[in-house]
Amino acid sequence: MKIVACIKRVPATDVQAKVAADAKSLDSAGYQYMTSFYDEIAVEEAIKTKEAKGGDVTILTISSKDATKEVRECIAKGADGGVILVDEDWMNRDCRATAKALASKLTEMGAELVFMGRVATDRDNASVGPMVATYLDWACVTNVVELEVGDGEATAKRETEAGLETVRVTLPAVITCDKGLNEPRYAGLKGIMAAKKKPLEEAACEAADNQAQVLSLVLPPPRAEGRVIGEGADAVPALIDALRNEAQVL
Amino acid sequence: MDPYKQLDFFALEDQFTEDERMVRDAVRTWVSERFLPLVQAHYEAGTFPMELVPELAELGVFGSNLPEEYGCAGLNNVCYGMICRELERGDSGLRSFVSVQGSLVMWPIYAYGTEEQKREWLPKLASGQAIGCFGLTEPDFGSNPGGMTTVAKKDGDGYVLNGRKMWITNGTVSDVAIVWAKLDGEVRGFVVPCDLPGFSAPEQKHKFSLRASVTSELVLEDVRVPASAIFPEIKGLRGPLQCLTQARYGIAWGATGAAEACFSEGLAYSKEREVFGKPLAGMQLAQKKLADMATQITLGQLMMLRLGRLKDEGTMTHSQVSMAKRNNVHMALECARTVRDMLGANGISLEFHTGRHMCNLESVITYEGTHDIHTLAIGHEVSGIPAYR
Ligand SMILES: Cc1cc2nc3c(=O)[nH]c(=O)nc-3n(C[C@H](O)[C@H](O)[C@H](O)COP(=O)(O)OP(=O)(O)OC[C@H]3O[C@@H](n4cnc5c(N)ncnc54)[C@H](O)[C@@H]3O)c2cc1C
Repeated sequence: MKIVACIKRVPATDVQAKVAADAKSLDSAGYQYMTSFYDEIAVEEAIKTKEAKGGDVTILTISSKDATKEVRECIAKGADGGVILVDEDWMNRDCRATAKALASKLTEMGAELVFMGRVATDRDNASVGPMVATYLDWACVTNVVELEVGDGEATAKRETEAGLETVRVTLPAVITCDKGLNEPRYAGLKGIMAAKKKPLEEAACEAADNQAQVLSLVLPPPRAEGRVIGEGADAVPALIDALRNEAQVL
Repeated sequence: MDPYKQLDFFALEDQFTEDERMVRDAVRTWVSERFLPLVQAHYEAGTFPMELVPELAELGVFGSNLPEEYGCAGLNNVCYGMICRELERGDSGLRSFVSVQGSLVMWPIYAYGTEEQKREWLPKLASGQAIGCFGLTEPDFGSNPGGMTTVAKKDGDGYVLNGRKMWITNGTVSDVAIVWAKLDGEVRGFVVPCDLPGFSAPEQKHKFSLRASVTSELVLEDVRVPASAIFPEIKGLRGPLQCLTQARYGIAWGATGAAEACFSEGLAYSKEREVFGKPLAGMQLAQKKLADMATQITLGQLMMLRLGRLKDEGTMTHSQVSMAKRNNVHMALECARTVRDMLGANGISLEFHTGRHMCNLESVITYEGTHDIHTLAIGHEVSGIPAYR
């Protein structure tokens, strides 16, 4: 089975957001990057599926060329190769352009089962997975917390507001992975050495133009400083008053 | 990615290859997620987290710079150094465990051993199925190991070992010991399985330093080993000393990791902690401390980068290693003491890392050649005159 895990290279969780001069994007100078949290879960599930059912796993990303480190780290965990669709402006692509480019590459690769993160930790859209499935005309199960891959089909449990839903799909399918699905393994040092010898293809990304245009980007206002209302039981009436009339949460 | 930020004042990041950075990040993440949550309890209990040995093996840190054909990762020496640095960012006891296993047990078997010894031991040691220790120091001979009294006597087609070793890291938890003993007055190395009759390794307790590491005596009473246990070629002190050069190289890297950990804790704390109405880090006295530490750590990092490249080129000398070990361990100890002070009363709590590093580094500055012995080694090199005796 041809398994693909799609990953996004996102700014490390501790970077300070700064709006760029165009007031529409973030100034990425000095950023450190990492593989998005949920995508690590996708990579782990792809490798686990390969270990159980056979086949091979390719890591696919749209990114600048610098993503080789993140892709190789994923390969080091047990994937068989990687593809970077090189796009220096990857951070600013909208979901549709991203999904179209991924879908066309997935078709070319002959993918049969695709794992993606539930959401990328930078933009929080949670859209690319379902959109890729739509462009491919495949089934899609989102927010998966348990998965059983059979022959030509898979049974997935997904977390919804209403409770746990169990879904059966026929393959090919896109699975978007949620926290709890698995515990991503560490890349071992032998894996890192082995990853050097596995294929890592860089291909031009033929991305469509953005359809959604960012008009402006404003950082949230700095949080107001906290205030100590008083101490002990005597302060409770003042606290209730503040919660009711100032914060208006009661 | 791990939120731990290492000081990189001279932008050395791009001096490391992608592989080297990947190796570092893999070990860094493991240390943060798996080791640091456990270290305080083990330090207080005076135990090494043996439960993590399979994970360390899986990660591939045992003998990581030895070839893949023996089950090792086959990394270069800069990678090996970066691994030590990240491990010692966790705890000197963790780095010691890995240094002993890799540089003092696996390395001599690899460098001096017969093919049979290599095939028997290296894969087991790399996979953590066997733990090893290195017995050189004796109760009366530390800095001057040439005076050792442990002896080997030819006995039929084997040897009989007698003597006592002290301060041996991992002794009690080991499956195999590299024992240095005099055979006809000459220092020779033996690969000794620890379950042989006459061999025992009682633990040395009551340490205030390197508590998350097992330290032991080795007692050898008529321990009979087969002829195949001896390293056939290597003779004299050169044998153990070359092992120590390997381990000291890793220690010099490791010490920068301990210093970086203390600096990072001290910096974060002094920015948060308000004294007299403003952050401690905003006070000139504190800034002098931070500036001095940042400078010394940066110098240590530059030294290690160069030393690592020299080792990979095959031109590193033992006196360069002496200089790096002496400088960096002393530097790390000074950083730890400074940050311990900056943390105020919190500095004596094991809930912070610095106090533990400070106590640990008191061992590191003594073992593998004391600070003074390395001073003499450098003095010897630059003047051409030995001053040991
Ligand atoms: C936690 C720990 C773990 C250890 N693990 C191991 C291990 O795994 N294997 C092993 O073999 N050993 C191990 N050691 C032993 C260590 O290597 C020795 O303690 C070290 O070499 C110093 O020897 P010593 O303690 O006998 O001190 P000594 O040699 O007695 O030194 C005492 C003092 O005298 C100074 N001194 C010595 N010679 C001179 C000189 N010529 N001129 C001026 N000053 C001098 C020293 O610098 C030191 O300050 C370990 C030690 C510790 C603390």
